[in-house]
Amino acid sequence: MDNSYALTEAVYYILLSLCSPQHGYGIMQQTEQMSGGRVHLAAGTLYGALNNLCTKGWIKPLPNEMGSRKKEYQITERGRQILSMELVRLRQLVANGETVLGGTENEK
Amino acid sequence: MKNKKTVYKWWWAWDFEEEEQWLNNMAMEGWVLDGVGFCTYHFVWCEPGTYTIRLEMRGYDNEYMEFMKEMNTEYVGRMAQWIFFRRKSEYGDFDMFSDIDSRIAHLDKIGKLLLYIGILNMVFGFVGMFEPVHVGFLNLLCGCLLMYGLGQIHGKAKELKIERLFHE
Repeated sequence: MDNSYALTEAVYYILLSLCSPQHGYGIMQQTEQMSGGRVHLAAGTLYGALNNLCTKGWIKPLPNEMGSRKKEYQITERGRQILSMELVRLRQLVANGETVLGGTENEK
Repeated sequence: MKNKKTVYKWWWAWDFEEEEQWLNNMAMEGWVLDGVGFCTYHFVWCEPGTYTIRLEMRGYDNEYMEFMKEMNTEYVGRMAQWIFFRRKSEYGDFDMFSDIDSRIAHLDKIGKLLLYIGILNMVFGFVGMFEPVHVGFLNLLCGCLLMYGLGQIHGKAKELKIERLFHE
């Protein structure tokens, strides 16, 4: 199941952001930064996605630091596997697009 | 000049987007939502356009409220199942949801509640028909209205589902 479906853009960027520990606001900022401001994660969507990803075991919450109320998350080994599989899928997607449409890489 | 005002207004649950639009128009005029009650909206004066208002139907969830605080979002109040949030515009665009799936999930949540209350009213309505005092028709009327609302919500969700065939 996990391997045959494409990841949503939100999930893809959340997983990428969590390659280093991050709290909710950090994930949102990093996603916007990486996508050049194109991908914006709204609070309700992000909260739902974080809970679902924890249930799936692709990310995990980190123990709260003393005095901090902000919850931090990090990607799991399974999450990393999912990301690399997605990367393979995306590469194929781009390669096929370039072959058909004649991307810059094919032009000599 | 008075810097507070209260407006009494009724909105149907299925018109929550229009309600949100109205609240944001008020905020653009300098009246930002500061408290809610049954059909009651309390506003305070502030620089026009300082805040964006959003509504969400959701049960009580302390963890979620903490999360929203972390996202620079202020809790304004709660009316039945509806939570009212506001966020300063300086933090950028403020939306509750950023993908089609979570929008559909939210509409489904509203639809489910309308369905339950609607069915309950229908049942009470039918039972009430056999009572000596005929008040059951009020329940039936109420049930019909809620079913109409359910139809409205389904319509919105259906549009999004068609959109999802092409986009995320």
